Amino acid sequence: MQAFTDSSPVASQGGRTPAADPPADRLLAVAAGREVPAEVHDRVLAETPVLEIDRFNLWYGGKQALHSITMPVPHNKVTALVGPSGCGKSTLLRSVNRLNDLVQNVRITGDMRLSGDSIYDPRMDVIELRKRMGMVFQKPNPFPMSIYENVVYALRIDGENSRAVLDEVCELSLRGSALWDEVKDRLHDSALGLSGGQQQRLCIARAIAAEPEVLLLDEPCSALDPIATGKVEDLIQELRGRYSVLIVTHNMQQASRTSDYTAFMYLGRLIEYGPTTEIFTKPILRETEAYVTGRFG
Amino acid sequence: MNSETVRPPRRLRSAHSSLAAHGEPLVWLTGGALALAIAMISGLLAFIAFRGAATFWPVPLVELECADGRRALGEVSGRETVAAVDGRPAVSRTLLNTATFEITGNHYEWFDDSRIVGTVRPEWATAVERLEGGRFHGVPVRLVHGEQTVAEGPERAWREFERIQPGVRRRVREIVRIDRHDRGILQRQLRSARLAVVQGDLRSGRDSTAYEAAVREEQAVAARVQERSALLDADTARLREENAGWGLEFEAAGGEKRVLPLEQIVRAWQPNRLSTTGKLGVYLARWWEFLCDDPREANSAGGVFPAIWGTVAMTLIMALLVAPFGILAALYLREYASSGPVTTAVRIAINNLAGVPSIVYGAFGLGFFCYVVGAGIDEVFFRPALVADNQPTFGTGGLLWASLTLALLTLPVVIVATEEALSAVPNSMREGSYACGAGKWQTIRRIVLPRALPGIMTGLILAMARGAGEVAPLMLVGVKKLALDLPIDGTFPFVHPEREFMHLAYLIYDVGFQSPNSQAAQPMVFTITFLLVTIIALLNVAAIWLRSRLKRRYVMQQF
Repeated sequence: MQAFTDSSPVASQGGRTPAADPPADRLLAVAAGREVPAEVHDRVLAETPVLEIDRFNLWYGGKQALHSITMPVPHNKVTALVGPSGCGKSTLLRSVNRLNDLVQNVRITGDMRLSGDSIYDPRMDVIELRKRMGMVFQKPNPFPMSIYENVVYALRIDGENSRAVLDEVCELSLRGSALWDEVKDRLHDSALGLSGGQQQRLCIARAIAAEPEVLLLDEPCSALDPIATGKVEDLIQELRGRYSVLIVTHNMQQASRTSDYTAFMYLGRLIEYGPTTEIFTKPILRETEAYVTGRFG
Repeated sequence: MNSETVRPPRRLRSAHSSLAAHGEPLVWLTGGALALAIAMISGLLAFIAFRGAATFWPVPLVELECADGRRALGEVSGRETVAAVDGRPAVSRTLLNTATFEITGNHYEWFDDSRIVGTVRPEWATAVERLEGGRFHGVPVRLVHGEQTVAEGPERAWREFERIQPGVRRRVREIVRIDRHDRGILQRQLRSARLAVVQGDLRSGRDSTAYEAAVREEQAVAARVQERSALLDADTARLREENAGWGLEFEAAGGEKRVLPLEQIVRAWQPNRLSTTGKLGVYLARWWEFLCDDPREANSAGGVFPAIWGTVAMTLIMALLVAPFGILAALYLREYASSGPVTTAVRIAINNLAGVPSIVYGAFGLGFFCYVVGAGIDEVFFRPALVADNQPTFGTGGLLWASLTLALLTLPVVIVATEEALSAVPNSMREGSYACGAGKWQTIRRIVLPRALPGIMTGLILAMARGAGEVAPLMLVGVKKLALDLPIDGTFPFVHPEREFMHLAYLIYDVGFQSPNSQAAQPMVFTITFLLVTIIALLNVAAIWLRSRLKRRYVMQQF
C-alpha cells in the first residue's frame, strides 16, 4: 500500500469514464473499510452472462470476506480473477458452487444466478447445482480409483452405468483435456500413478465430463512445474469458446495469456473488471495497473 | 577500516567439545531403546519357539544306575546344581522323566550325580504314550494275546507289535467315533423329540392333538433310537472283542514286568534305535496328533484341535462383529458430528474405554449378553429346554457371547484407528467429490472409505491381536476346559453359536496351572503358547497382506 501514497486524481484511460468523484486512492479507501464502487468496463456488460453475481457478501464468523461483489461472468469466455493473496478470489469461486456450505460459521447475503436460476435459493438442490458446474483445485486431487473411474465419476454418482455412454464420455473428456494420447493404454490403472501435470489435466477432464455450464479453476497451475503449467494453459486456451471458465490465478502472465476478461479484486472487493487486453494495457485505475505490472502485491 | 583495532570474530565453542551439537547422543539413546525392545521381544519369541518346537522331538532314553543298585529309565528333562548350604557341599543333580507312576508313584525323579555309577542307553528302550496314565518307559519282552505268547524277545515282540498295533489303534478310534458321533446324533434326536412333547404341552395343553402327535412321535423315535443303539452296541462290542487280550509286556528299569494292553497304547517309539529320519517321523506324527486330535488326560496330552478351532472362530467372528460397529461409529464421529464439547467428550470416553480392565467386559458380557439377552432368547425360542431340562441354551456362555464381549472390548481400538484413518483422507478429495455433485454418503462410500481402508485394516489387525490373546473375560462368557462339540458340525442347524468352546489362551492357563501333573504338562504349555503366537501371527499376516493390496490400489504417494 506504500506504493500508493501519490494522491493525484485518477485519469480516465479506459473506454469509459470512471465513476463520478472516485476516491483518490481506492486501495487505501478499501483498507479503511469505505465503500468503493467497482470499475466495470462496458464490454463486460455487453456480453451474455452465464453466471451473475449480485451484491454478494460473505462472512466467516464475524469477519467479512466478500464485500458486495457484483459481476457478470460471460458465456463461453474465460474470465480470470486476480488479486493479492487473501483478497477473496478463491472464496468467491467456492461460493459459486456452494462449497462454502461445508465450512462452519459461514453467512452470506446477496445472490448468484446460474443461467437465471438462483444459486442461493433455499429451494435450490445444491447437489443438482454442483452437477451443473465443474471445479478444479489448486492441488491435483485425483480420486483413489482408476483413471477411467475418475473421469466418469460425476456420471457414476448420477447413476449412469451404460458402458457405451461412459466409454464415450471418458474418451471425449480425456481428449478435451489433452490427456487421451498419454493415458489411453492405461485407463484402468490407478490415477494416483500419473504425474502432477497429468493429474491436474485428469481433474479438468473430470470437471468437463458432465458438460458443466461453468468451469471453475482455482489456481490450477500453482502446484505444477513450468512444463505442466504450459500444457494446462494450452488446454485452457482450447476450452475457450466451448466452456464458460472462471479461473483464479496469481500469475499475471497466465491471466493475460489465457483469459478474455480479467477481474481485479482487493480485500474482498471487486476493484476493476474488464477485457483482459484493456486491464493489462490501459486499465481505468492506476491501482490496477500497478498490480498487474507487479509494482504491488 | 578505521584506526580501532579490528576485533577478531567471536569464536564459538569448538564443535568437538559440544556433545549436544556433535555427538548425536540421541541416536544412541533412541536406537538403544529400540534395540532393547527388539532384544526382549525376539528373545521371548525365540525362547517360546525353541521350547515349543522341541516338545515332540524323541529324546534318547537313558538308564541310570545308582550306587545303591537302583536303576531308572527315562528322558533327561533337566539338570541343576544345588548350592552349598550349611556346610553341605554343592550337589549337581539330574531330573529324569521316569514315567513309572504306577510303580514308584512318581512321574519324575531327581538323581544326585554323585550317586550315579553308570549311564547306558539300552537299545530296545521304548517310550510308550498311553490313553490314560501318562507315559511308560521300558524294554518290550513279549507280545501276548490272552494267555498265549505271540512273540518273545525285544526284537520279535517289537516287530509283531508294529504289525498289529495300527489295526488295534484304528479300532480304538472307530469306537471313539461311534461313541461320540453316532451316539451323539441319537441322543440329540431323542432330546429334540422329548422337547417337542414339552413344546406341545406348553403350547396346546395335554389334551390337544398336537401333544398326542408329539408323544407318538417321541415313542417312535425312542424305538428307532433303541434299535439303532443296539446295533452300535454290537459294533463296539465286536471292535472291543477284537482288541481285547492283546498286550505288550515290558520290563521296567527296576526289573519289574508289566503288560500294557495294546488298546491303551497311542504310540510307542524306541528313540535309541531311531535314525534321524525315524525321529523326524515320530516328531511329525506327534505334531499331527497335537494339531488334529482332541485332548486327553486333562488336556496335558493329545491334541488341541477344538481349542485351535475355537480360537480362530472366535477371533474371526469378533472381527466381523467389531468392524461394522466401529467403522460406523467412527464415520459418524468424524464425518457427520459437528465438533463441539459433546463430540470431544464422546472421544475421551471411547479412549477411556480402552483402559477398562478386560475382566469388567467379561462380567458385563455375562451379566448382559448371557443373562439378559440370552435368557430372553431362551424364553422366546428355547422354552421347552428351559422347562424340561432346566437347561439354558443361549442363557449361558457361548461362542457368540464371547465374540460379542471381545468385540466390545476391542471396539475402542477400531474406532480410534478408523477415526485416524478418516482424518488422514485429504479434504481436497472430499471437496473434489462434492464439486462433482456427489452427496455426502456417495463421497464417503466412493472416496473416503476406500482411501481410509488400509488404516481401518490396521485397527482391525490390532483388535484381532488383542482379542485373540485375551483370557480373563472369556472365562466368564463361554470358554471351557473341555468342549469337544465344535460350534459347527453336521447336525442341524449346523452352526451352534450358543455352544461353549475351547480357547488356546485359556488352555495355557489350564494346562500350565491347573494340571495335576504339572511337570509333564510344562512342555505342552510352551507348545500351546507357540501355537497361539503362530496363529495370531498368521491371522495378522493375512490381514497385512490384504491391507497392502488395498494400499496399492487406493493410496499411493502423489507426484
